[in-house]
Amino acid sequence: MYRGYEAVIGLEVHAQLKTNSKIFSSDPTNFEASDNQNTSPVSVGMPGALPVLNEQAVKLAVITGLALGCSIRTKSVFSRKNYFYPDLPKGYQISQYDEPICEHGHLEIQTETGPKTVRILRAHLEEDAGKSTHHGDFTLINYNRSGIPLLEIVSEPDLRTPAEAADYARTLRQVLQYVESCDGNLEEGSLRCDCNVSVRKAGESKLGTRVEIKNINSFRFIEKAIEYEIERQIDEIEAGRKIIQETRLYDPDKNRTFTMRTKEDAEDYRYFPDPDLLPLVITSSYIHEIRKALPTLPQDRCKVYIQHLGLSDYDAKVLTETRDLADYFEKTAQISQRPKEAANWIMNELLRELKNSSQKLSEIKISPSQLAELIELVEKGVISGKIAKAVFGECWSSGKNPHDIVNAQGLGLISDESALEAVIDRVLSSNEKSVNEYKAGKTKLLGFFVGAIMKETKGQASPEVVNKILSKKLNG
Amino acid sequence: MSDSPSIDISTAEKMSRLANLKMSSEQLKEMSFTLTKVVQLFHSLSQVNTEGIEPLVTPVDIRLVLRSDLAKTNFSAEEMLSNAPEKTGNLFTVPPVV
Repeated sequence: MYRGYEAVIGLEVHAQLKTNSKIFSSDPTNFEASDNQNTSPVSVGMPGALPVLNEQAVKLAVITGLALGCSIRTKSVFSRKNYFYPDLPKGYQISQYDEPICEHGHLEIQTETGPKTVRILRAHLEEDAGKSTHHGDFTLINYNRSGIPLLEIVSEPDLRTPAEAADYARTLRQVLQYVESCDGNLEEGSLRCDCNVSVRKAGESKLGTRVEIKNINSFRFIEKAIEYEIERQIDEIEAGRKIIQETRLYDPDKNRTFTMRTKEDAEDYRYFPDPDLLPLVITSSYIHEIRKALPTLPQDRCKVYIQHLGLSDYDAKVLTETRDLADYFEKTAQISQRPKEAANWIMNELLRELKNSSQKLSEIKISPSQLAELIELVEKGVISGKIAKAVFGECWSSGKNPHDIVNAQGLGLISDESALEAVIDRVLSSNEKSVNEYKAGKTKLLGFFVGAIMKETKGQASPEVVNKILSKKLNG
Repeated sequence: MSDSPSIDISTAEKMSRLANLKMSSEQLKEMSFTLTKVVQLFHSLSQVNTEGIEPLVTPVDIRLVLRSDLAKTNFSAEEMLSNAPEKTGNLFTVPPVV
C-alpha cells in the first residue's frame, strides 16, 4: 500500500525466440553481425517482398505457451499493426491481434507472502523492428533486428508491488530458459519488458489510467522504474491533476521516468489481417507431441526435491535455478542414490568452483557419475571427507575418475590396525608429558592425539580404528 | 452505428497524422468530403445480417506453407543499402525522429 493507494501492474514481455533465421525470411539472427549484414528485401520492407513463416518460431511459441499453461489456438491470424517510424520500414509490423497463438495461461511466482498465481492474457508471435540510434540532426538505422521472431507475453494486471513485478519477470525468464525458447539475455535485448502501471485509492475497484513504461532492460530497473512511477502518479492525483495515458521511458541514471509519447489507442493502429499470410493452422496432435516433450519445469522440480528428496526450500530453489544445474543434480542423485549428499557437494564445492572459474556447467570436466563415485567413496569409508575435497579438486581440474585418483595417490584410509598401532605408539612416546596429563584426568587431550596421528598419516588414518586403538592404549 | 456515417475534418486530420502525411486545410476538407462518400458507400455492407458468421480472413481455402529454420545470407549489406538516398557506412540515414 502506498499512501492509501494500491498499485495495479501488468507486464508485457518481449521474448526473442531462439531461431537460426528470422520469422519471415532466412536472414540470420546472430547478435554480433555487422551493420545491416543480416538483411534482405523482406526485412528492409522492399515493395513486393513476401513473408514466409518460420516453422521453428511457431514451435517455440507453442512450447512456451504450453509451459505457461496457455491454451493454444489451432488457428491463429497474423495482422498488420500500422504505424510510421523509420525502424519499421514497411509502415506496419506483422503481429497477431484478435487471434493470438497462445492465450489464457498462468505463472506461479513466489512472493514474500507466499505463492501467487499471475494470469497470462495472451502470448502472440510478431516481428521485431530495426534499431535506431539518434544523432540530433539525423537518425541511423540498422535492420539486423528487423524480423527477429518475438513472442510477446502479456500478463493480466495481477501484480501489486514493484517486487512482485520483478519476481514475475525473473520467473518468466527461468521458464523461457528451461524450455529453451529464449536465451533470456537482457543485455543483448533477447528479453525486453514494458510495464503498465496505474494506481487507485485503496478499496476502489475501478482501474486508474495506465501508463506504459517502455524498454526496461534489467530486473532491478523494473522494480525501480515502477517504484518511481507509482509515487509520481500518486503525487499527480494528490495535486488534483489527471494521469495522462501515455508511454514513458525510464532513465536509470536519473532514476525517473519521462514522457516519450502519448499513447495511441488500439484503433489508431488500424489492425487488419495481413493479406500476405494465410491463417496459421496447427493440429491438436502437433500440440500434443510438443506437450509430451516438455521438460519438467523448475516449480515442479522444486516441489519434488522438497517433498520426495528431503531437501530444504532454499536448496531446492538454488538447484533448480537453471535446467542444466537441475539435470546435473538429478543425475548425480540418481546414480549415487544420495540426494542430500549430492545437493551438498553441488551447492558447496561445485558451484564455488564454477563461480571461480567462470565456466559454464556444460564445459566442466567432472561428470555427474564421477561426483556420484566420489560421494560413494566417502560413504563407504574409503576416504575421509577432508580427502574427498582434495580429490574433488583434482577431479575438477583433470577430469580423472575419483577412484583412480585415490588409488594412484594412495589416498585410501588406513584401516590396518598394526600399521596404525606403530604410528600411534610413535605419537604417544614423543608426547609423554601429554599422555601423563591425560591419564591425570585432562581427557580433552584426546583430540590433540587424534590430530597428531592424522597429521602423521596425512589424514588417511581411519578415524574409527584410531579411536579404538587410542582408547585401548590410553585407558587400558 | 449512425445511419449515415461521415468523416469530419478533425477525423481526416487525425488520419493524415497517423499516415504521416502533411495536408493543407483545403486538402483536408476535400479528403473529408471524399472519404465520407467512400464510407457511406461501404455502409450498405452493415445492413447485411452477419449473425453467427465467422469473419473471413482469406477467400481461398489453402494452407499456409511454413519455412524450415535455415539461415542463409542472400544479400550483402552494401546491396541492401544501394537504393538508400542517404547512408552512413552501412547504416541507413534518415531525418531525426526524436
